[in-house]
Amino acid sequence: MAETAYWEAIRRAHDEEMARDPMVIAMGEDIGVAGGTYKATSGLFDKYGETRIIDCPISENSYTGIGIGASMVGMRPIIEIMSINFALLALDTIVNAAAKIRYMSGGQLECPIVMRTPGGTAHQLAAQHSARLARMFMSTSGLRVVTPRGPLDAYGMLKSAIRSNDPVIIIEHEQMYNLKEEIPDEEFFRPLEGAEVIREGTDITLIGYNYSVHLCMAAAERLAKDGISAEVVDLRSLKPIDRETIRKSVEKTHKVLVAEEDEAPVGVGSEIITGIMEDCFFALDSQPVRIHAADVPVPYNHKLEKAAIPNADDVYQGALKVMGKI
Amino acid sequence: MNDADKKRLLREMIFYRRFEDRTFEAYMERKIGGFLHLYSGQEAVATGVLEMAVVGKGKENDYVITGYRDHIHAIKTGAPPREVMAELYGKETGSSKGRGGSMHIFDANQNFMGGYALVGQPFPLAAGLALGAKHKGTKQIAICFLGDGANNQGTFHETMNMASIWNLPVLFVCENNGYAIGTHIARSTAQPSQYKRVDTAYNMKSSQHDGMDIEEVMAAAKQAIDYVRNEEKPYFIEFMTYRFRGHSMSDAKGYRTKEEEAEWEKRDPIKIFSKKLIEAGVLKEADIKAMEKEIDDEIENDIIKFAEESPEPKVEELTRYVLDDNPDPRWIGPLQK
Ligand SMILES: Cc1ncc(C[n+]2csc(CCOP(=O)(O)OP(=O)(O)O)c2C)c(N)n1
Ligand SMILES: [Mg+2]
Repeated sequence: MAETAYWEAIRRAHDEEMARDPMVIAMGEDIGVAGGTYKATSGLFDKYGETRIIDCPISENSYTGIGIGASMVGMRPIIEIMSINFALLALDTIVNAAAKIRYMSGGQLECPIVMRTPGGTAHQLAAQHSARLARMFMSTSGLRVVTPRGPLDAYGMLKSAIRSNDPVIIIEHEQMYNLKEEIPDEEFFRPLEGAEVIREGTDITLIGYNYSVHLCMAAAERLAKDGISAEVVDLRSLKPIDRETIRKSVEKTHKVLVAEEDEAPVGVGSEIITGIMEDCFFALDSQPVRIHAADVPVPYNHKLEKAAIPNADDVYQGALKVMGKI
Repeated sequence: MNDADKKRLLREMIFYRRFEDRTFEAYMERKIGGFLHLYSGQEAVATGVLEMAVVGKGKENDYVITGYRDHIHAIKTGAPPREVMAELYGKETGSSKGRGGSMHIFDANQNFMGGYALVGQPFPLAAGLALGAKHKGTKQIAICFLGDGANNQGTFHETMNMASIWNLPVLFVCENNGYAIGTHIARSTAQPSQYKRVDTAYNMKSSQHDGMDIEEVMAAAKQAIDYVRNEEKPYFIEFMTYRFRGHSMSDAKGYRTKEEEAEWEKRDPIKIFSKKLIEAGVLKEADIKAMEKEIDDEIENDIIKFAEESPEPKVEELTRYVLDDNPDPRWIGPLQK
């Protein structure tokens, strides 16, 4: 076991998979000579050369498309998009091509690409660098969307994503790249499907994904001091969603809160709560609550930004509301 | 080219024309639905270019990709015509098992990598196919057929640039038929000569040729394909052509004149080539008539029959082919608790 930062975990997964399989290549802006905006490919340009660590011009739609084309003939491209905001430029090739080629071809072709991108707010990056957008990708048939909460999943899910035969979007987070966790030294994989109960509890289920898992964990600590036992579920995968794990937890606690960093309308929380209504409505003994961002473009001003984006206290207060304590 | 090849190529072009004519009828009979874009008038381009490429040899083929006007490109690359027709009929025996339709013909066994409806989307996909071929060192090239209108998409510029800096073995074939649906090129495009848009801008070799004379197409395509394969660099080739029918089925062609149509019909690629072959004594008018009869019989008695008689996909298989049907649990799950 070694303490590993999130970015190091990603780098290690790249390195091992590229050493194993010459068909694995990485593409993105500044990932080569410059070592990567988040250091996720640092040192790999020298090791694997410019034909495998490919520095791309600022042409998101087309280099993602080139990765998709290459994946159709056996390559395993890992595409880094510097920020999920810029992934909007590649929506055509991701949503109209990668997600649909297997289906349109009647199963003859596949697009085993991995697209990694940070989605989330950092500090005062303002409206055009703070998109989260998980909800946009999770609504597209033919994609897998995963959200590693820490180094263990960042490494293990990237390894799985590279080997899976489907297009996988990995949503990382600007504020998580330096997060550290002990991870095994020997190779391991973490599956792309399956939510995980990361803290057991009996009174309320707090559901999060990506960064909001950490808000749920912090809120659960505080709730424990109040004598409330919160269970925390990390969704891990937003497409497909593991409804079974959610149902089991809700049937145990009878209360639920979903925390997302994105705006709420047509969001992750809407989908999760609808699923709960369909799967275990009668298990609930209070109204579910969604904790989410305000329905505004993310402001630059730090006070406004703080007011727009949910934090651990919001999750805590929301949980008290579900518990009928406020 | 020997006489036998000349006869074969003429027959192919007539076949393609008749095939498209027959899909038109089937559409009118409501056997075919959705959008249907026919290739009539442009036959010399796909036939001539692909004649010079590696096609019809299965997985050894060059990679071919195009837009929604894709039936003929698929067939010339090696897709069986009856499977293409069955696809138009939405049948399980179709090229894409009835899931794709007219605009999405795929034949992975012949490296026909698909028809795509989003104008300009195939540019980067083609460059990616070329990147894969180069990486694997297979000497295959990628050939991307698109229209003049597609060149106003961002993907055109982005991809020309990357194909050029990365020396990707891809041939971009611009089928300049002068129109993007009903908009004449002069009204949409600052530089109407498409080949001029890449040479200095993206430092890529390019040229423009008559797309109605198959022999000219073949000569130009040979040079371009040799260059792409041997130099491992991209090439942009533009063919001047014309589509004889409307953009798709519901097109009254109000945007162009009868005179213009008549001018281009004189340059019908099938007429030009037939005339040449008759003048050279390779065949007679009567041979062509016989050819047409044979083709019509084949289309009716084999191709249409196959499409008509084939089963539709099963509704129980609605959600097949969305994701990998046989995923490896080590990568996919479930998560071990
Ligand atoms: C991204 C996108 N925008 C618009 C359309 C609608 N559309 C379909 S074909 C077409 C014209 C394309 O013209 P061109 O590239 O010259 O090809 P042609 O049809 O002449 O072969 C348009 C605008 C589309 N399919 N995709
Ligand atoms: Mg056109």
